[in-house]
Amino acid sequence: MGGFWSHVVEPGFFQSQTVQVALLVGGVVAAISGVVGVFAVLRGQSFAGHAFGDISAAGGAGAFLLNISPLFGFLGMSLVAAGCMEAIGVRRVRGRDVATGVVLGAGLGTSALFLYFNTTLHSTSGAAISVLFGSLFVISSSTVPAVVASAAGALAIVLLLYRPLLLSSVGDDIAASRGVAVRVTGAVFLLAMAATVALAAITIGAILSTALLVGPAATALRMTKRPGTAAASAAAIGVAATWLGCLLAYDSYYWPPVDHGWPVSFCIVAVILISYLVVEVARSHRLRNASARAGSADQTTAAAPHPGVPSHGGPDALGASRTD
Amino acid sequence: MFTGFMVNAWLVATVVAVVAGVVGFFVVLRGSSFAAHAVPNAAFAGAAGANLIGASSVGGLLVFAIAGALGISLLSRRGRRDVATALAMVVMLALGALFLSFSTQYASETYSLLFGEVLGVSSSELLPTAVLAVVAVAAVVLLWRLLLLTSIDPELADARGVRASHVELAFLVIVAVVTSMSVPVVGALLIFSLMIGPPAAARSFAADPSVAVLLAVCFSLATIWSAIAVSYLTTLPIGFFVGALGAAFYLAGRAHAVWSGKRVGSSGVRASRVVTAFDDQGARR
Repeated sequence: MGGFWSHVVEPGFFQSQTVQVALLVGGVVAAISGVVGVFAVLRGQSFAGHAFGDISAAGGAGAFLLNISPLFGFLGMSLVAAGCMEAIGVRRVRGRDVATGVVLGAGLGTSALFLYFNTTLHSTSGAAISVLFGSLFVISSSTVPAVVASAAGALAIVLLLYRPLLLSSVGDDIAASRGVAVRVTGAVFLLAMAATVALAAITIGAILSTALLVGPAATALRMTKRPGTAAASAAAIGVAATWLGCLLAYDSYYWPPVDHGWPVSFCIVAVILISYLVVEVARSHRLRNASARAGSADQTTAAAPHPGVPSHGGPDALGASRTD
Repeated sequence: MFTGFMVNAWLVATVVAVVAGVVGFFVVLRGSSFAAHAVPNAAFAGAAGANLIGASSVGGLLVFAIAGALGISLLSRRGRRDVATALAMVVMLALGALFLSFSTQYASETYSLLFGEVLGVSSSELLPTAVLAVVAVAAVVLLWRLLLLTSIDPELADARGVRASHVELAFLVIVAVVTSMSVPVVGALLIFSLMIGPPAAARSFAADPSVAVLLAVCFSLATIWSAIAVSYLTTLPIGFFVGALGAAFYLAGRAHAVWSGKRVGSSGVRASRVVTAFDDQGARR
């Protein structure tokens, strides 16, 4: 038994301070990304969510150039990008992805410029890789309190906006008819998402920020149509995937090619993809069974609500969520 | 500026701009900006992988770009398109991170793959670029009507028995081809900027699809030519100028649309009118 566990958890995993910080920060960021991600997916804003990750990296490069704290660079650039998107009309479904794309393009261009200056002035040619790909295992423990505090702020905003957000995710008209300030809600959510993704990008890299925002949320929304349950499940899936990914990356020093660990971002993304695919396969299997049963049963049982089949109710049943 | 190795750069950039303008018009029309961003990112992972096993980098770009397009298409059969795109992209990028971690001395090459390296165009890249460009433009011309129909009126396309998912897959493969030829010049992160900013501006200025495509080509040529010239003179990265000029064109298009009292996105109206002339159902919104 002991021999088995020492292969699953290679020696020193829980003693290493690097791992402890990675588990803590990764867990916090994953949980918040999961909650925010459910709304990002429901509102069809995955692209914007991804864009913040890439754009905030430009802020990181800029902060490196100016010698200020990278946290301010990431957060500031991301919030500016959210403001730009809101200003040029990201809230309209039509033309939204072009508006997002143009802001992303401008942000990436800025990133190219800043990284170029970093390369020529500071001769740090590896900056591009570390900014974009990041690594959980290189977080300095001094940034942990600031990251956790900002993350808690973003989470509080989303929880405060919970009901108006849900209503406007179902449909702007419905929300407006119930007295929700749709425009303000959308703008504040965009800012909260920008902050969340920026925090994720600085701690775990741009790739993982997108993976943790979209992956667990999409998986959770495959499992349940109740938004509250989905948000909680997404947070749980994100945290589990992050921790399992950290464990795998730590263990991978003993995998081929020997003495060379696999990137933690690869391990976490692999776990996220596999969980998404497993849930998807299970769901389509369940739906097939359900429709087979409904076909053989009489009218009354067929009409009875099935947990896997989306019902078209109010904001509590988001099965028929808006398609863009 | 117009001698020696720069001749190659001008030639390749011109070809890239023409193709990006043509394909970009449909990227904007179909709302595929995220895919146009995701596919080059996937291709970047392919370049890293090709470098690892010592294969040709254009081959790696092409294989991974097409794999990314297939991944997006497969995943979006069972869910929202933007979620599928995000998932496919992060998986490919994670593979890229894995490949990069296995190879050593790759940092500067990574930078030029991400942000473009106009001085890095060799004569041996001219032929593959030209071939891929001809393939991409020919595919767009062949699929012209289907692409327009499925973009502007999906319901009518459906009623006529057009499989929208097949058209979308074909279109994503075209984007993948454009990506593979463009990444070595403008970089994985900025090719999508070229495919969005200039064509979006073109749509604001012209209602007719053919005119808009021609205009998009002109705008993207203007973008990339000035980007190369300024990049050559200042030694600043070309990607910065492509991104900035793309955004400038977009804003100019928006300003024009506001000034002339049109709603942005209404430039598909004329094409839409052509299509809806056949549609007497009145079921459209």
